[in-house]
Amino acid sequence: MSDPDEPRNPIARWLYRYDRMLRLGHEAEVIRELRDEDDLFLFMCFSEMLGVPNPVSYHTLELYPLIIEEFHEWHQRMGLERSPLDHIRCC
Amino acid sequence: MNAVWLAFIAGLIYIVGWRYYSKFLAERIYRLDPNFITPANRYNDGVDFVPTNKWVLWGHHFTSVAGAAPIVGPAIAMYWGWLPAMLWVVLGTVFAAGVHDFGALVLSARHKGQSIGTLANRLVGRRAKLLFLFIILILVLMVNAVFAWVIANLFISNPSAVLSVFIQIPLAIWIGYTVLRKKGNMLIPSLVALAVMYGAAVAASYIPALQIDLVRWMGGEEASGVLFGLDATGSAFLIWIMILLAYVFVASTLPVWKLLQPRDYINAQQLVVGLLLLYGGLLVTMPSVTAPAFNAQADTSWFPLLFITIACGAISGFHGLVASGTSSKQLDKETDARTIGYLGAVGEGTLALVTILAVATFFASAGDFHDAYSSFAAAGAGGVGNFVGGAGQLISGLGIPEQVGQTIVAIIIVSFAATTLDSAVRLLRYIIGELGVEYGAPKLSQRYVATSIAVFLTGLLVLLPDGGQGVGSGGFLLWPLFGTSNQLLAGITLMLVSLWLYRQGRSPLPTLIPMVFLLTMTVWAMIQQVVFNWSGLGEADTQWLLFILGAIILGFALWILLEAVRLFRNPEELKRLAEREAREAE
Repeated sequence: MSDPDEPRNPIARWLYRYDRMLRLGHEAEVIRELRDEDDLFLFMCFSEMLGVPNPVSYHTLELYPLIIEEFHEWHQRMGLERSPLDHIRCC
Repeated sequence: MNAVWLAFIAGLIYIVGWRYYSKFLAERIYRLDPNFITPANRYNDGVDFVPTNKWVLWGHHFTSVAGAAPIVGPAIAMYWGWLPAMLWVVLGTVFAAGVHDFGALVLSARHKGQSIGTLANRLVGRRAKLLFLFIILILVLMVNAVFAWVIANLFISNPSAVLSVFIQIPLAIWIGYTVLRKKGNMLIPSLVALAVMYGAAVAASYIPALQIDLVRWMGGEEASGVLFGLDATGSAFLIWIMILLAYVFVASTLPVWKLLQPRDYINAQQLVVGLLLLYGGLLVTMPSVTAPAFNAQADTSWFPLLFITIACGAISGFHGLVASGTSSKQLDKETDARTIGYLGAVGEGTLALVTILAVATFFASAGDFHDAYSSFAAAGAGGVGNFVGGAGQLISGLGIPEQVGQTIVAIIIVSFAATTLDSAVRLLRYIIGELGVEYGAPKLSQRYVATSIAVFLTGLLVLLPDGGQGVGSGGFLLWPLFGTSNQLLAGITLMLVSLWLYRQGRSPLPTLIPMVFLLTMTVWAMIQQVVFNWSGLGEADTQWLLFILGAIILGFALWILLEAVRLFRNPEELKRLAEREAREAE
């Protein structure tokens, strides 16, 4: 298996692997924890579609273009198979 | 005799073991298949199951399993002389640890990357899972108690190391906040952090004002009645252990990326630094071995205690947890398991080996050795200190002043022990939570409740047993129990691998022989300790806590032996289990 992110330069590749080696221990846990934080943030952004009033929905609307990429993965993780928003048809 | 020769002979045996024995295991016993689709490739989710480069995974596996334990155990076991300790470390690594780690990795990879606990449940039955959970609970509690004492002891004997250890905490938090969220590279910041820590160590070695010396602050060793009627050393132990427990509570409840991940990242590099310094110093100074090969004046027999005094560094059940818990989920090709499992064990063996050599060359004469290792209790209390002294002497060959070298080695050991302490408290929290769910007490699975119980139990275990050395000396008394529970875990893993090989119609002897040896030694040593040393039957007074814990572990050991015998003698049940497994695999 070749890691697509690996640099080609031998020294850079060695350093990249060394960094990966030291990170590996907590990597899964870190990814999960950061994802949980992002999930909470997205939940706050999209709380209205779940019936929770969002007093700052006008402002969070502006964030939609930035978080649209993650939206599909998020709603699937939240147990919603299809996009719950009419105007965001990701699936 | 020159210590370099000993290192050379041991290295040669490791190489032969790796080159030929692990190849034999890979081809004839575990029969690794390069075309087998590993769980990492089958279930690749980018989080838990990630195919990883062989050497990256080996490095991670090695840094995960090598910590303070392969230093503490051999440093205590030097009490019987360097030869028994070295033989057990070298031969144990080649014929037991390598087989065990390698086997745990293959077994887990062949069972969807499941952990040893889950596999015990599936291969042996529900009884084994319960047994397994309790052994881990006891093992983790022991680890906490022993390492809390080790850290407090090093802080008191090396006050110049305290500042660096404390500086590491804000540095790690800074790395966590600035680098990790941005997914940046941690290498440069962590090297900067290391430089700052070692710079502080050099400064503290020469400037007494930077040394956090509680004993001196409380009036020196002669001062009495400082806290609760304790002398200054006892009070210092009490204060350090309280500070450590408070720190562990905070560290293990924080999100992992804020402190634990960046701190472990720095500490893993300290392992590399430590090994380079020690072996480099050994090659440059070429010291003579001054400790006796056998300690004829030992008041406690080496047989069978040696085999539970040195667990990590010879064979350790904890490696099975790492191999089956994380490494097996990241195995890219099944054939990589040979490098990661076997060579990972060899890596830890080299750390235990250099510990033995550092202590064996530390003393000016055999008389000094006998003074330092006058009794088994003295070996427990002073073993790590002797290693720090010996390591400082080795490092001085590289032009680093001995005092600075000793401080750096103390920092490395404290860092390893603190890392283990954090992880162990987190693990304890999960186990308490799981037991809470199992027995209908969901409150126990709450983060702060479970951590409070974990920390409270650890404190109880450190402060309650009287090791004869004042407050907090329960830690080194527990070392034989830690070794025992660790070896039991290894015994369970080897039993599972043996059963799997037996069911596959292959020879289970390479795993069965170490298992029988290990469990026999463990049971033998425990009977000796529980019946003659702690029960009050012999000359010694009854030590209730050790007696109860020891009796529980002894019961578990006998239970495992009976389970193994029952399964090997009952082909019908084995067949049923194999059929169930085949159905699940479909």
